[in-house]
Formats: sequence, structure tokens, C-alpha cells
Amino acid sequence: MTPSTTSRNQAGRILQKTVFPLVVWLGVWQLASLWVGKELLLPGPLAVAERLVTLAGTGEFWRTALVSLGRIFGGFFAGALLGSALAVLTSASPWAECLLAPAVKLARAVPVASFIVLVLLWAPGGWVPGIISGLMVLPVLWANVSKGIAQTDRLLLEAARVYRFGRWKTVALVCLPSVFPYVSSGCSTGLGLAWKAGIAAEVLCQPRPAIGSQVYAAKLTLDTPGLFAWTAVVVFLSLALDQLLSLLFRRAGRGANL
Amino acid sequence: MITLEHITVRFGEKTVLEQFSAVLPVRGITALAGPSGCGKTTLLRVLAGLQPVDAGRVALPGRACLLFQEDRLLPWRTAGEHIADVLPRARRGEVPRWLALAELEGEAQRYPAELSGGMGRRLALARCLACGGEVLLLDEPFTGVDLPRAARIMARIRALEVPVLLSSHQPEILAQCSQVLEVTGPPLQLR
Repeated sequence: MTPSTTSRNQAGRILQKTVFPLVVWLGVWQLASLWVGKELLLPGPLAVAERLVTLAGTGEFWRTALVSLGRIFGGFFAGALLGSALAVLTSASPWAECLLAPAVKLARAVPVASFIVLVLLWAPGGWVPGIISGLMVLPVLWANVSKGIAQTDRLLLEAARVYRFGRWKTVALVCLPSVFPYVSSGCSTGLGLAWKAGIAAEVLCQPRPAIGSQVYAAKLTLDTPGLFAWTAVVVFLSLALDQLLSLLFRRAGRGANL
Repeated sequence: MITLEHITVRFGEKTVLEQFSAVLPVRGITALAGPSGCGKTTLLRVLAGLQPVDAGRVALPGRACLLFQEDRLLPWRTAGEHIADVLPRARRGEVPRWLALAELEGEAQRYPAELSGGMGRRLALARCLACGGEVLLLDEPFTGVDLPRAARIMARIRALEVPVLLSSHQPEILAQCSQVLEVTGPPLQLR
């Protein structure tokens, strides 16, 4: 296959996977908006884009987006770290498993709104979105990493013992690479949850600045294009972060041939 | 000498070793030859200290290193890294030597998935030999390896002057061993 054929194929794939569905769905959205005929109920993509451009021209917009991003990603990171650490602990100790597994399962079952209200009673409003994001991510990473540890090939562990790897070398050369795909998929799932729960927490707790607070303000002022514009910002940030994480995991995995 | 006294190993209802006793030499290459499933692998695992025994006693002159029946290679480590991983830091320079012993020169950068079945087997063998020990236990070391190559590698193993106990079905391999012990089972018995 020549380089020009390869690049034509790539362009075709991008057209099919990205451009085509984007154009079709934007068209459907515009038609639906024209059919409804009221910007208050359903603004069209052009009106939302116009609002987004207006917002992006202010320093407040960037500060708001960055602060929300920092809060939610911070919570995600802490939740992922804690979930992974708990998975190691519960995999290593049956006592810890008996003690912590019900708590983690309970955390997964409790409605996010109940958590938000509860955490709001215990922590300053600015902290709640991060804590909630972390609480949503923790059970996902705990479950994934636990599964990864359980699925680690016993035969490879036995080989590591025979070839005198020692504890840390076994962890580095056998356990971590075995768990890596589970961490990667857990982070991808957890990141989406962190954004949804984090923004919901911002809507309920009204910290400033925050995307959730802007969404709530848009609702109060019946600024539907503003609501759509801030939602688009959340979607963009969530997708961008997901892509960035995927890229990082792919790079790390390729280096280790995972 | 490797001494096995009244070794019994059971897997549920199945008795693989029953009061098995033997004194095996620790010089040259000794082969265990017998049909599949007769208990050779279990015996090698007992000697490597991996298989708990229900009764009996094992005495070895030192540490034994086992080549498993399966390759047990790490999919995320290259051939060279597999050898380096079992060598002490000061001996990492020996990687090419051990790869050459198994006729894997030029394959140091390749991952197990990029190697053929026979090459993977030779890499597993090279790793075991590099790891070393007072006794080497090799479970079917030349599965999937062509015979002329296996014969050349056998000659190199002999030159290492480390006592080897191996199991094999291949008459060409058995012919190169210093001693062949015919076994049957289960339960495992010397003929």
C-alpha cells in the first residue's frame, strides 16, 4: 500500500467516523430547533455556538472552566488512587476484604444526590464536587483493579518465585503489567462518571467559579443557549480528558508491549 | 545426590507419587523417560519445592531451578529482558551469551508474541539456564524445537557442567543423556 493510499484511507475513516455523524446530528438538531421554533425550549446549534463564542471571549469563562476542570480531575485522580490502593489492600487481606467490600459496594449503590447533600453538610461547598467525583470513581477502580489482581496469571507468579524475582520485582514485572489494562478501562469509565457527578454537585452546591453554577444560573435566567453552551463545554472537556488519558495509557502500554 | 524418601503426593483421589524413593546422581544429564501423565512433572515440581508433599522427605545438594513444562514468558518483556531479569545486576552483560546458547542471537529485542513456538521454548530454556542453581530441572525442554538444534543446545548444556535432571519423550534427546531412568505410573515408579 502506497503512502498516498494509506492517507486516503485515513481521511476516509475520519470522514466516516467523525465528520459524517457530526454533520448528520447537527443537522437533526438544527431541523428540530426550527420545527420547535422557540429558542427558549430548543436553541439551534448556531445560536449555541454564537453564545459559546461570546462566553469564550471573557476571562471569567476560562477561569470557570479551569477551576471546574481542576476540581473534577483532582477528585477523579484521588478517587482512582484510593480505589486502586483499596483494591491492593482487599486483595492482599481477606479481613480487609470483609471489612471494606460492603462499604465500597454501598458507596456504589447510594444515589449520587444523597451523597452530594450529605457531603455538603460535612465539607465546604467548593470541596464537594471533587469529593463526589472521587467517590464515584473509587468503586469503579476498586472493582477493576481487584479483578485485575485476581486475574493475574498464577503460573507467571510461580515462575517469578522460581526465578527469584523478589517481592518488588514481582510486583513491577508481573503484577503491574497484568493489572494495567484493568486500570486503563476503569479510568476511562470513571472519568465519565466523575464529570457527570462533579457537575451535578456543582449545580447543587453552587461554588464559585464553577460550570455547574453557570448551568444553574442559566436555568434561573431561562438562558437556554447558555445552558447548552456550558453543557457543550463539559462534553468537550470530558472528551478531551478522556482522549488525553487514552493517549497516555496507550503510550505507557506500547512502551511495555501491553 | 538427590534423595527422595517415601514421597507421597495426592491430587484429590488421584495418587501421583506413592511412597516414592530414589537416589539420583548430581552429575551429568539424567533423564526421566516415561509416558505422559505418569508423574514426571510432579516429581520435578517436588524437587523444585513448588509441590507440597503429603508425606516423605526430599534432600537436594543446593538450590534447584526449574524449566516449566509451559514457557511462562512475560508477554510484555523482550527476549533480552527475560534473561536480564534473572541475572544479578553485575552479570547483565551475559545476556548475549545466554541468548546465543539457545541460538537466539539477534532476537533480544523481540517480544514473546513475535517468536515462534520453538523460539519461545528456547528462550524459556535460556532463562532457566541463566538463572542457574546447583541443579537444573528441565521439564520437556525441547518441545517444538527441531532435533538438530536441540542436539547442539544439549551439547552446550553439558558443557556448563551443571547437574541436570530432565524429562523427555524424544529418543534423540534421551540418547544424549548420561543416564536414562525409565519410569511408569501413576503412581510414579522406576522401572
